[in-house]
Amino acid sequence: MSTIIAIAVLGVVCLLAEIFNLRKAIIPITVAGLLAILGMTVTEFNTTESYYNNMIVVNRFTVAFSSLFILLTLFLVTLSHHFYKNRPSKVSDFIAIKIFLLLGAVAMVSFGNLAMFFLGLEILSISLYILAGSKPLSLKSNEAGMKYFLMGSFASGVILFGIALIYGAVASFDMNMIYEASNSAATGDWFYIGVCMITVGMLFKIAAVPFHFWAPDVYEGAPALTTATMSTLAKVVAMATFFKLNMAMNGNMNFAYETVIVIISIFSMTVGNIMALRQNNIKRMLAFSGISHAGFMLMALLNLSNTTGSLFYYVTAYTLAGIAAFAVILYVCNDKDDESITFFNGLGKNNPVMAAVLSASLLSMAGIPIFSGFFAKFFILNQTLQAGYLILVIAGIINSIISVYYYFKVISAMYTKEPNEAKKPVPFEYYVVAVLAIGLNIAIGLFPSCLMDLL
Amino acid sequence: MEHILKEIGVETYLYLSALLFSIGVFGILLRRNAIIMFMSIEIMLNAVNLLLVAFSTFHQDASGQVFVFFSMAVAAAEVAVGLAILVSIFRNLGSIDIDNLKNLKG
Repeated sequence: MSTIIAIAVLGVVCLLAEIFNLRKAIIPITVAGLLAILGMTVTEFNTTESYYNNMIVVNRFTVAFSSLFILLTLFLVTLSHHFYKNRPSKVSDFIAIKIFLLLGAVAMVSFGNLAMFFLGLEILSISLYILAGSKPLSLKSNEAGMKYFLMGSFASGVILFGIALIYGAVASFDMNMIYEASNSAATGDWFYIGVCMITVGMLFKIAAVPFHFWAPDVYEGAPALTTATMSTLAKVVAMATFFKLNMAMNGNMNFAYETVIVIISIFSMTVGNIMALRQNNIKRMLAFSGISHAGFMLMALLNLSNTTGSLFYYVTAYTLAGIAAFAVILYVCNDKDDESITFFNGLGKNNPVMAAVLSASLLSMAGIPIFSGFFAKFFILNQTLQAGYLILVIAGIINSIISVYYYFKVISAMYTKEPNEAKKPVPFEYYVVAVLAIGLNIAIGLFPSCLMDLL
Repeated sequence: MEHILKEIGVETYLYLSALLFSIGVFGILLRRNAIIMFMSIEIMLNAVNLLLVAFSTFHQDASGQVFVFFSMAVAAAEVAVGLAILVSIFRNLGSIDIDNLKNLKG
């Protein structure tokens, strides 16, 4: 609980620093603050408590995911230093919005009451609408902001209607009461309609297939750092929250619901991968790759009691690879209008380290051994197999094979083609973040049990 | 207040707010003027507020009404951000027709 308060204070401090003419100090202060908050959160690891009439719950699940979100925000804030170099007067706003986004993210995984869930969701979404439209002079960014806003608030409306129906059936917003209601036979039909509407809304937020159409456009149009935020932080926050909601709402998850999840998972993987094959813009390609990863993450819902560890491992592996990839993308496409794959031609000659980092992160996403992406897929497919969904596992493996093609398209552009521009220096922050993120990715790939045993 | 709900029945409120919600959904799907789409989002959220208040009276429990305050505050913040994005679109394009936003495809 102190995590949420500390994050809110840090966000306000960012805004105040601008007033007191400490613009240069904002990013160092934020990084130091986030490190302190990360340490504070980790020390809470073994406590299980609830605060404010069960509004906020602290347990292993929330602490593990909150720590991951804080780490990701730390990387994103570090990348901001160079990314917003040309707009110094806006730095405090952007950093403060990122911190408030983290606040929403932490509130979303540590809710004990649907009111807290809704507030967290909205804080996260509203911050992302602002960040997506944060280049007011670029029409692409405007368009991305508008599309994300319309789709996001539509999804929020659907979730809100679901919450109202659940309240109608249970007479409480408290998750414990909802859990009891979901296990009792006397619960009215409103409850199940409500659960379905929340499911639809959350599938919008994680961009699973029938509700994915906004993702590629928004990812392509938004500024690159915002895309990095959306494809790593926002996606796993929504996924962790969806998982937690399912643990409470679907005490006796029936066969029809599981079938729907299986179908959505298969379609997310297939549509995401097949559409990614024909993309020439790397942000758009990663958007479709994110859709297919959402399909993999949805598999965790089929075996709710056992998969918490493997879901956590999967999202950690995916987000660390994503951060490393985006650090390189930011470096390559910093001064350009779009993010075509041709800009990566010859990166292997110009800058071997950054090229190696990008290759490693793409290989991790594709699921090649040594990198943690392989073990993540292995664990989650293993759990799905134990739950008895053989078809889903086969679809998952076929899709991993398809995905190798488009990841290798970028890798071959980097190593086999001639560079079409002169070498440019790597900003120090990009270098540190890229190497650190991929290093952590490989480290958890070598020692998977250190994360798997946490939850 | 309770006897009113007994006479009318909570289902009626449910139908009314479902109807309002659907009007909002169709407004977003069919209309192309951004302002009208924003109004449709507001109708969706207000339909939910109505439902929450009706259920709150039905269950004799205040937490539903408190939730309505949260959702009203959130809706206001959301539309403020939406209008800001809309203003920057209007500056660039000189129009608020959603159909003009067709740069991102693929």
